[in-house]
Amino acid sequence: MLAIFRNSAVFVSLLGTILAGCGEPQFSEDEKAVIASLSLAKLPPLPADPTNRVADSPAAAALGATLFFDHRLSGKDEVACATCHKIDRQFQDDLPRAVAAGHNNRRTMPLAGVAWNPWFFWDGRRDSLWAQAITPLEDPVEHAGNRTAYARFMFQNFRDRYENIFGPFPSLDGLPRHASPLGTEAEKVAWASMSPEQQDAVNSVFANIGKMIAAFERSLTPPETRFDRFAKVLAAGKEPAAADDLSGDERAGLKLFIGKGQCIRCHNGPRFTDGHFHNTGVPPIAGLPADLGRETGVAKVAADPFNCLGKFRDGPDTACGELRFMVKQGPELRRAYKTPSLRGVADRPPYMHAGQFATLEEVIDHDARAPDSGDGHSELNPLILSDREKKELVAFLKTLSE
Amino acid sequence: MDLTLAELSPASLSKRSISLGIIAFALLTLAAVWFVAPSAPPPVLDLSRSKPSEKGLYTVSIEPEGGQVRQGELQSWLVTLTSKAGTPVENARMTVDGGMPEHHHGLPTSPAMTATLGPGKYRVEGVKFHMGGWWQLRFAISAAAGDDEAVFNIKL
Repeated sequence: MLAIFRNSAVFVSLLGTILAGCGEPQFSEDEKAVIASLSLAKLPPLPADPTNRVADSPAAAALGATLFFDHRLSGKDEVACATCHKIDRQFQDDLPRAVAAGHNNRRTMPLAGVAWNPWFFWDGRRDSLWAQAITPLEDPVEHAGNRTAYARFMFQNFRDRYENIFGPFPSLDGLPRHASPLGTEAEKVAWASMSPEQQDAVNSVFANIGKMIAAFERSLTPPETRFDRFAKVLAAGKEPAAADDLSGDERAGLKLFIGKGQCIRCHNGPRFTDGHFHNTGVPPIAGLPADLGRETGVAKVAADPFNCLGKFRDGPDTACGELRFMVKQGPELRRAYKTPSLRGVADRPPYMHAGQFATLEEVIDHDARAPDSGDGHSELNPLILSDREKKELVAFLKTLSE
Repeated sequence: MDLTLAELSPASLSKRSISLGIIAFALLTLAAVWFVAPSAPPPVLDLSRSKPSEKGLYTVSIEPEGGQVRQGELQSWLVTLTSKAGTPVENARMTVDGGMPEHHHGLPTSPAMTATLGPGKYRVEGVKFHMGGWWQLRFAISAAAGDDEAVFNIKL
């Protein structure tokens, strides 16, 4: 009897080990290598930006930070970068589509790790952080201002700090009050009345505003998460401490993420993004103008006078590889949008480029169903995921926030 | 696991614990199969970096400049062309494309030949692989001996 009891106890312990094994998947050496590739420890050093000579200047970053939060950097003194890129909300705004001077058609992107991007905006219509930063300033539904007014604003309010960074301020004498090649009809006429030298002077101040904001934004790096601590210990071949361990569901979700779920195809590397553009069949929002994603983005970045091949770049054009070797046409560009980073993703619904999905569960459902794209061709393959597997994926994604 | 041979020895096992043992063994086996079951084997790929072109006009050799293929970065590749007789092929032009055959998409970039380094050596810039897996690079070559192409497999 004692023997029966003793062996039953042994069996229960054995069964317990087996069940724990089932609930808490272990990882193969190959899987461990993939997990390591996602960890923050593998994030390369902050990439240099030779096109922005003040990218790593503390004075430029400091003035850039001031500008980032300054509501006067807008048409009606009402909108700062921080209006939509909220400092306490991962530099995004929790809205399906941004609201600033007007209503936008796209979701505000968070900024952690933004300096590692090869392309900017959901459609990659800008090719540097500094060229990105000035684009909303003249958008009528964002900051709704114009570059001539911004140049004068800098001269009147920040002349000394600006000159310490860039040297003498160009002359703004005789300039129209409001002028821009992208503005209202009156602003366009005023812009056309300016000499090429005056236009260049204003454009260079405008580009420098972007270069300072970019210098600040380069400091926004993704924080370490519970997943990173787990990955670090796993890579070292150690057993994670309780606080850093992933639960059975979280481990199973991670296994799905890098395996059957195929999430890692696009959400790869330490930022969980390949930085490129994919059509995943996300439906357009009824009532909004047609949005062709990257197809429009390539045309816009090629035409942008502030792109890497334009005259406002610092340094040699050897830094312009992404633009020079950009895919300019093809069916893959239609309704393709940039892969977003998944760091912090669980804390910032809604999802997709126009906030189409309210929850991570909806996102995973969509990706598993892989519906045809109404326009263009979806790159997703349909997957059969059980409800439990979907829960596990969500559980894993939450470890990228803690 | 706190199991010892003595505890599993036949003398100490009752009928009940034997049947429990069988269940445990079955579960263990299942668990073992679950954990070691291989995923679908990758196709057997010719990963050589040097091969004759499709029609045999050239021998084409490729290598990433800097030695190692890096995922997610723009990279230059060096292409060396020799004739059937083994002499370097000069004044060649080439275009490059490729993609991921399993995922039916092309390269994320449009690489281009940007320099003739000689003898028979050329630089192709702007190659990027933004995902892990099986990639192909296709070189369409045009030189005095005629037009030909070569397709290389690359595994990341």
